[in-house]
Amino acid sequence: MVRPYALTRGRTRHAGEAFDLVATVTATPGTVTDPAALAPEHVSVLQLARVPTTVVDIASDVDLPLGVVRILLADLRELGLVAIRAPATTAARGVVDKNTLREVLNGLRGL
Amino acid sequence: MVYGDSDVATRRHRAIKILLAGGFGVGKTTLVGAVSEIRPLRTEEPLTESGIRTDNISGVERKTTTTVAMDFGRISLRNDLILYLFGTPGQERFWFMWDELAIGALGAVVLADTRRLADCFPAIDYFERREIPFIIALNCFDGARRYDPEDVRIALDLDPGLPIITCDARSRESAKQVLIALVEHVLMVADEPVAP
Repeated sequence: MVRPYALTRGRTRHAGEAFDLVATVTATPGTVTDPAALAPEHVSVLQLARVPTTVVDIASDVDLPLGVVRILLADLRELGLVAIRAPATTAARGVVDKNTLREVLNGLRGL
Repeated sequence: MVYGDSDVATRRHRAIKILLAGGFGVGKTTLVGAVSEIRPLRTEEPLTESGIRTDNISGVERKTTTTVAMDFGRISLRNDLILYLFGTPGQERFWFMWDELAIGALGAVVLADTRRLADCFPAIDYFERREIPFIIALNCFDGARRYDPEDVRIALDLDPGLPIITCDARSRESAKQVLIALVEHVLMVADEPVAP
């Protein structure tokens, strides 16, 4: 077994702006100019982000600890290969708006 | 290598977080599994100062991270609206995880076992201090003595307006009702005038 933080070369914090667990990650239509900069795990993460996917779904799919996935994502963002966007519903004041709450309520009732 | 597709890239996802807190063995995993597609998620967090104090790592000097397993479930309510449930470990040493989960969360459910009510004190305290709306769900285990929710309110010194409901964490319908009760409560709180 590989020590999880070996993948991140010992880094436990990522660079750049912090992002939420349910932030949406989307691969940008960019090209990898320097494939040597990427570990196989970066490539796996990048492939999952070809459709907009949340940070937590990516962590679950690649079966790597969340902290490691965050660092890999921040690397990809620095290389301009992914865009990470805050959850739409919580952008304002960190509170879910009432219209969305009602939609959630209706959705749950319909389950 | 070329990645991305401008059509999907413009799609707007809406992800909602609901936290499920409570003591060890209270039924968090059961409830998440009853109502959602449960998925594995682990976090391997660097040991913090406080973590080092609680985790005895003497003789394992190279261990610098600690694994926290979380229950994580997702419910697709609509194509673009997904509900994420996070079952969070109740002990105070995991609060660093809660801080992260709590930001922008819709609200929280504190799952309680009436035989071990004190186990949910830290969670109640946490959500009250951060003004995160929450409800209490009493998981009625087989053979467990059923308490009147009002007795629990007195025992936990809870606000009269705070919903306390009973549930069976194994039942999909019951778990669904817990989530509905939370969202109704959050909507009601949102309508209240802000205290001066």
